[in-house]
Amino acid sequence: MSTGQRRISVEDVGGATVARFNDKKILDESIIQLIGEQLFSLVDDDGRNKIVLDFTNVDYLSSAALGKLITLDKKVKAAQGKLRLCCIHPDIYEVFEITRLNKIFDIRADLEKALEGL
Amino acid sequence: MSLLDRMSSVEEFELLIQSETSAGMAVQERILDKLVELEYSARDVFGVRLALEEALVNAIKHGNCSDPTKTVRIGWRICSERMRVEIEDEGIGFDLVDVPNPTDEENLERPCGRGIMLMRAFMNVIEYNDRGNCVILEKIRGVPVSNQS
Repeated sequence: MSTGQRRISVEDVGGATVARFNDKKILDESIIQLIGEQLFSLVDDDGRNKIVLDFTNVDYLSSAALGKLITLDKKVKAAQGKLRLCCIHPDIYEVFEITRLNKIFDIRADLEKALEGL
Repeated sequence: MSLLDRMSSVEEFELLIQSETSAGMAVQERILDKLVELEYSARDVFGVRLALEEALVNAIKHGNCSDPTKTVRIGWRICSERMRVEIEDEGIGFDLVDVPNPTDEENLERPCGRGIMLMRAFMNVIEYNDRGNCVILEKIRGVPVSNQS
């Protein structure tokens, strides 16, 4: 695996940024680190502050990955922006519920709802 | 796999790995492959994968501080009804009571500290030794995890 490999794909949709994960299993520490860097770059380098994370392709997510999402959420809020999550598999959503992170994140059922009002 | 074959299939193994997360991933896959072979449910496999990941990362990163001179011992016994995994690092250990509750309001936005909670949510049994450097995880086939404190 190349350290420079893109772990997320990015699409501009009407002024918002939709980021999709290329990995089905977001478990490996090195992958999580790369994902974090690439997500943070959207805010820090590209100045994007209306971001939707599409979890359609994600089957597994570890607590380390949750940590990166929390950091991203803080960056987006600091930039007066909005971060939404969508298309989360029920098993993965349960992880958000167990950790009460469903109270922190704005989670929508599908991409259309996630883009509403952005 | 026939019911008879499944009932007679037991894997019991132990090995030492270096304190590298990639080595931990390889062990995870071996354990999970056995669960799949024994036709554990997707739900069970999901939970075991998550719990193993959290436990191995804890052992490697927090227990052994990713020290390449330290190893993690992983032992497992898997049969048709139950999976038992023991993970031991060479660290000084810790006290569970010192681990803050990640769902408390003041901890909710911390980027770390959720691993043990997730392990408890998906394993029927999770036990630490007194020192805190060895954890035992058990998953009973098809048995949901009851609410644990």
